[in-house]
Amino acid sequence: MVFDIGLALLIVAVAVWTIAARDTFAAVIGFVAFGLLLALAWVRLAAPDVALTEAALGSGVTGVVLLGASTRLRHAEISAADKKPGAMLRAAAAVLCTVVSAGLAAIVLVLPHPAPTLAPQAAANMAATGLGNPVTAVLMAYRAIDTLLETVVLLLALLGLWSLTPDPFWGGLPGRRHHDDPDGVLTFAAQLLVPVGILVGIHIFWVGSVAPGGEFQGATILAAMWILAAMAGLVDAPPVSRRWLRLILVAGPAVFFTIGLAGFAMAGGFLAYPESHAKLLIVMIEVPVTLSIAATLALLVAGPPERMPQQ
Amino acid sequence: MSLALDLLTILAVSAGVFFFLAGTVGLLRFPDALTRLHALTKADNLGLGLVVLGLVFQEERLFAALKLITVWLLTLLAGATVTRLIARNARPAGPRG
Amino acid sequence: MSDATVYGLCSAVLVGLGLFGLIVHPELLRKILAFNLIGGGVFLLFGVVARKGAAAGFDGDPVPQALVITGLVVAFAATALAVALLRRLFQETGRTTLRSDG
Repeated sequence: MVFDIGLALLIVAVAVWTIAARDTFAAVIGFVAFGLLLALAWVRLAAPDVALTEAALGSGVTGVVLLGASTRLRHAEISAADKKPGAMLRAAAAVLCTVVSAGLAAIVLVLPHPAPTLAPQAAANMAATGLGNPVTAVLMAYRAIDTLLETVVLLLALLGLWSLTPDPFWGGLPGRRHHDDPDGVLTFAAQLLVPVGILVGIHIFWVGSVAPGGEFQGATILAAMWILAAMAGLVDAPPVSRRWLRLILVAGPAVFFTIGLAGFAMAGGFLAYPESHAKLLIVMIEVPVTLSIAATLALLVAGPPERMPQQ
Repeated sequence: MSLALDLLTILAVSAGVFFFLAGTVGLLRFPDALTRLHALTKADNLGLGLVVLGLVFQEERLFAALKLITVWLLTLLAGATVTRLIARNARPAGPRG
Repeated sequence: MSDATVYGLCSAVLVGLGLFGLIVHPELLRKILAFNLIGGGVFLLFGVVARKGAAAGFDGDPVPQALVITGLVVAFAATALAVALLRRLFQETGRTTLRSDG
């Protein structure tokens, strides 16, 4: 209990730092630390799958994107018209935010006890799915349509990102070219870390069916390993117009959707699994989805294309 | 036996926390980037190593203990890489710069 | 007051802080950071509800936890898209704030 109060206070303190820091770079660093502390809070709330996702996605990959932006935008001019809002607006905003916070805190304090929960239904039907991790069962069996739509949303975000490409670079390579320094420390670290990371990513994806883990966490680690190799200059991004890249990106949602349609024939509903083959079908969905999501996340971090391939 | 292991864990984790504290004090008080990096590496290597050592005493299975040690080694690698990169940025001219 | 309630109050404060940062900062990157703070607070509130729903041998209700995982992934996708829009705005106009006309 004391630990929880201390952790909650620390989280609030780092959040205040993120809002109040003068320098944007410092605020981004504060945000990365905030994400990691939040992952600790998730462990204390008995949600290890969410803790893994928060540490990898919420703090790790989001931190990469925000850090890259804060360094590239460092020299932006702030014109006189965009001065910080005056004291009146700040006071009004503070009052509004206090009211919102108080309202949420009141809701938290009057939450019903015992709370309504779907855990008994989840537990009762887990044997039919053949999975040992209830969160994976919810993601891939009970609410599989949410996960299918989520993969489509990721693709839509990537499409939105690619649509921002300047005309001369349409279909080109995303991200800057980092030069490979064979004696460099980053190259050494990438050469050591990337194989280990790929193993860890595949392990976390595979073990997610019986223990905390799953395809999103594993896919994030795989994407991070590609990002590390690209930063060390060991690999370069493929042009976004390549057909094999686009096939990898849509393979996950396409397989998911096909198996969902096949559910009509096999068990009488969209994304319904026949009880004898549920685990097999879930694994058949998870493998291409993991690859697709890893590719999508890596490309989301790389950004819109900014150069054409050398002819 | 378990009492002795618990005692060792408390000792090791306390020593590790002390090194983290020392590293943080160094981060806040040292004058420039290179000296601050020097302080942080103490926190990374010794601090985390002692904490992991303390936790290893609490593990029953060898495989879980090896996983903890692997976490420490990976953190060492990442920390050393980042330290070198930041240091090179802070003083790019080399020893005479 | 149980452990989960502590984090519930923390999440309420986070939402308030994030909303304040969203309103007060003119730079768009700070607004994106504040928006992510609001998201973190909302997800933490989901986690508190999940923790209170512990039953049937689970330490937490798995349905809100799965919703949060989905939410985290979508939040990252939205952040990446927002940052790309911001960088494009910077490329085109050289500013990182929105021009207020009049």
